[in-house]
Amino acid sequence: MERNVTHIALFAALIAVLGLVPKIDLIAGVPITAQSLGIMLCGTVLGAKRGALAVLLFLLLVAVGLPLLAGGRGGLGVFVGPSAGFLIGFPIAAFVAGLIVERWTVGIGIAAFAGAVTGGIVVLYVFGIAGMSLVLGKTLPEAALLATPFLLGDLIKAGFAAGITRGLARVRPGALLSRP
Amino acid sequence: MLTLTSPFETWAHRLPAGLKLALLAGLTLVLVPLGDLRWIGAAAAAVVAMYLAQGRGFAWHGLVMLRPLWPFLLILALWHGWTGEVQRGAVIGVKMLTAVALANFVTMTTRLDDLIAVVERLARPFSRLGLSPRVLAVTIGLVIRFTPVLFFRTGQLLEAWRARSPRRAGWRVVLPAVLLALDDADHVADALRARGGLD
Repeated sequence: MERNVTHIALFAALIAVLGLVPKIDLIAGVPITAQSLGIMLCGTVLGAKRGALAVLLFLLLVAVGLPLLAGGRGGLGVFVGPSAGFLIGFPIAAFVAGLIVERWTVGIGIAAFAGAVTGGIVVLYVFGIAGMSLVLGKTLPEAALLATPFLLGDLIKAGFAAGITRGLARVRPGALLSRP
Repeated sequence: MLTLTSPFETWAHRLPAGLKLALLAGLTLVLVPLGDLRWIGAAAAAVVAMYLAQGRGFAWHGLVMLRPLWPFLLILALWHGWTGEVQRGAVIGVKMLTAVALANFVTMTTRLDDLIAVVERLARPFSRLGLSPRVLAVTIGLVIRFTPVLFFRTGQLLEAWRARSPRRAGWRVVLPAVLLALDDADHVADALRARGGLD
């Protein structure tokens, strides 16, 4: 029980810290950060249920006003802005990533990459694109166009998530709660 | 840790947090389906007036909080400038700004402990499903404490890397940082158990 709680809290903090690391600006003001790497890792390391709980906890702290989102954003405003769909998709993305790592019994690296891509990209983009389409008043294909610049970066992040999960499985197998 | 609550103390800070959240939810539900630029303009003017009524410093702080939205406004301007539906673009843009500003207003005028108290109150019915309010409160505290610790640990690793290599550490630092943090998390779990645990 205590270990679950501290691990969930730790990974919620990890998402926050990865949002703070130096960002690269794609177009000025549109940052690529490692925050979605944190979402992927929550799923691939903690598994579906705990991973989703860690992300929900992170979002709760953002909602009550801690500036933990990339770029020091936070508060209730981000949940009605154009990126709200991505935020709503975050816990579901972690859940799907975790589910794939838990259920698919291939090597951890492959399972983690598949989970990170399916959860952290496919599922997350579905929610994010739907959100942008609603807030910005665009059709779904038009909104999808706005999300494409991030695709390459997110694929690279999925690769990192797989590498880190595999490394963790090798040096600290007990910490990999998604594969008990 | 820094929060987004405004340091400019105003009357809006003294309203109950639950009331502000309920009003925000209601007003957002009214605002989102609006399609007429006149109504949206009136709503935007009301929000601007509400910010200005809190004083100049507060209003400026509110404007700074809206800054991350500018790339989206740029996209809207280019898009609707190109298609010629300028009015439709204005409806979408002003509505987005108004909705976000309204939500930011609640964040800026409500202290963290008041919001956490509301969260604990809302979480109480879930205790039957196994989510005890005490565990939730401890977990929130842990995240708030872990975040600077993790940031500090990662910084230490980056410094160690920089002292030894001319190249950038990049993502290579994430795994060791996670390992260090996992050890910390295990120690905290032991400490919690030693003090009677969470059950």
